[in-house]
Amino acid sequence: MWDYNPKVMEYFLHPKNAGEIENPDGVGEEGSLACGDALKLTFKLDKAGRIADAKFKTFGCASAIASASIMTEMIKGLTIEEAEKVTNKDIVDKLGGLPEQKMHCSVMGMEALQAAIKNYRGGKEKQPQKIEGKIVCTCFGVTDKEIEKVIIENDLDSVEQVTNYCKAGGGCGSCRGEIQMIINKIRGKKEKGAEAQAKPKKLTNLQKIQLIQRTISEQIRPLLKADGGDIDLIDVEGNKVIVAFRGMCSQCRTAEFTLKDVVEAKLKEFVSDDIVVEEEKTMIDEPHIHKEIKRAEK
Amino acid sequence: MNPVRDYKAMESVMKKKNSNGMNVIYMDNNATTKVADEVRDAMMPFLTELYGNPSSMHTFGGQVEKHIRKSRESLAALLGCDSSEIIFTSGGTESDNAAIKGVLAALPEKRKIITTRVEHPAVLALCRELQDTGYTLVELGVDGRGQIDLDELAGEVDEDTAIVSIMYANNETGVIFPIDKIAEIVKSKGAVFHTDAVQAVGKIPLSLDKSNIDLLSLSGHKLHSPKGIGALYIKKGTRISPFIVGGHQEKNRRAGTENVPGIVALGKAGELAAKEIGLENTKVKKLRDKLEAALLKTCTGATLNGDKINRLPNTTNISFEFIEGEAILLLLNQFGICASSGSACTSGSLEPSHVMRAMGVPFTAAHGSIRFSLSRYNTEEEVDFVAGKMPQIVNRLRELSPFVK
Repeated sequence: MWDYNPKVMEYFLHPKNAGEIENPDGVGEEGSLACGDALKLTFKLDKAGRIADAKFKTFGCASAIASASIMTEMIKGLTIEEAEKVTNKDIVDKLGGLPEQKMHCSVMGMEALQAAIKNYRGGKEKQPQKIEGKIVCTCFGVTDKEIEKVIIENDLDSVEQVTNYCKAGGGCGSCRGEIQMIINKIRGKKEKGAEAQAKPKKLTNLQKIQLIQRTISEQIRPLLKADGGDIDLIDVEGNKVIVAFRGMCSQCRTAEFTLKDVVEAKLKEFVSDDIVVEEEKTMIDEPHIHKEIKRAEK
Repeated sequence: MNPVRDYKAMESVMKKKNSNGMNVIYMDNNATTKVADEVRDAMMPFLTELYGNPSSMHTFGGQVEKHIRKSRESLAALLGCDSSEIIFTSGGTESDNAAIKGVLAALPEKRKIITTRVEHPAVLALCRELQDTGYTLVELGVDGRGQIDLDELAGEVDEDTAIVSIMYANNETGVIFPIDKIAEIVKSKGAVFHTDAVQAVGKIPLSLDKSNIDLLSLSGHKLHSPKGIGALYIKKGTRISPFIVGGHQEKNRRAGTENVPGIVALGKAGELAAKEIGLENTKVKKLRDKLEAALLKTCTGATLNGDKINRLPNTTNISFEFIEGEAILLLLNQFGICASSGSACTSGSLEPSHVMRAMGVPFTAAHGSIRFSLSRYNTEEEVDFVAGKMPQIVNRLRELSPFVK
């Protein structure tokens, strides 16, 4: 059972500003039935350009309803420029806190508000909602831009937190590796400089192999595992790294893409720019092995 | 101080009011059940005076043994099997783990497991973990009613199959699988058959000695005994390795000093269930049917989930379109009504229940699915009360929903 504070319960049980404004100046819709929560926000401005009235309609749980309701109260009397600055954190603070797994409810509130403001600025005609950035989480339709935003605004540092705040990664889980990379990109900007310096100019063969192994197990394997795959290091010949894919990756038709794109890029980043990656063919083609063994037996 | 009387006094308080000072209407019996008064009274001496260890040489401890034996016999009578075929465990989850892992350990040459997509996580999560360690896992899908395709099952069971684990009745929808037919198919192909019967025991009459079920899990707290006790039925001749080792208890099949109060409670609960099982298909079913008919008739956008015919007599799972389950539950809670939901929000996960998804229930309805699971302790007044409150809850949330035009 969720530990909702009395204020959240109050706004859930007796929501203020529920409904829809006729002929609104701004309309914003966020979420969908598939996602399990959705919010439609409408507002009207007064002559001075301040939000005179705001109403919401929510499909969702108690915290989604409470977040939307309190947000409509918060933005009343604000100018568009002021309302634009309202973040999900402001909504959570005003509610006196939400359970960690429910943070996405407040984010939905903020996003609906921003969509409504955009709609107002774009004029009365309904414009199709443009997706900014590229979709990372296909289950919930979350883009890299949205993920970056929640990481920065809420100072997040784990994939689990990102899921709690914007749902990304909460479905099939195949994008968790990518979310981790976005976190690393944002959080690691400082550390990256240090790491690049730490990379020694000339590696001994032994050092290189160790570094390749470490990079595979720490950087590459988690990405593949998220997709149900795995990777084994077979051999290292000079700058040629030979690997084999296991699990889902071995049957995946896009394996070549994964290989070039992820493994080589990562090894180039962490080990050396000269690394070339090759796939050990016979290791994944099992019937082939059986044939060879049978031939040997004869 | 008389502990029994003290508990009784406390219970009379709890019985009437919840923390909101409201009458509690408990319709979440597939989650857990009230401990029956008779069960509590039966176990009480073993929490007070009779604390001996049944393995001890002295009479004080040793005398406890006969109570364990009696419990085993009551449970055997309920299941229609021999008492030597029952081992006590800590509950349904342990029984499921012991059954599946125990069979795999005893049959190391077989590498395939078959289950369904709608199992309880105690089976499904375990099987997926085993898949990660190298076993081949087949998860049978279900149709819109929540039923599996028996021909598909027959096609999947092969020489490499160690165990087939299919639940007796689904916890969310109450849908009952044709377990006797399934067991027959599995046996004819030479694999071991396990069924998680946590929801079925005490609600459906069983006669295991006439069935081809090799292993059956049950849980005490689903049949009016306390949490932390369960049992695993192991048909004579089933090859299985012990899951917990480190003691001779349960004939070396489950180590650890016996949970005597729990075992005595489960025995008593089994005895009561055998006596009251008729009520499940008369009184409880009648109440469930009345509630279901009323909700489907009076609530806008209400549809039934799962096989209407082959179903536990106490369970109904209804979807309320365009509104969300957690919000429904919290509003029900305001009236002291306890139920549960397959909505994503209630579990903290982001997707609706795996059972609803496997059945192909559309998202518009899956997020608003509510399960009412009754027991013989529910009354017609309670059913009428819930049936009276639900339409207003549904309407209130529909007014808030952006999808209702």
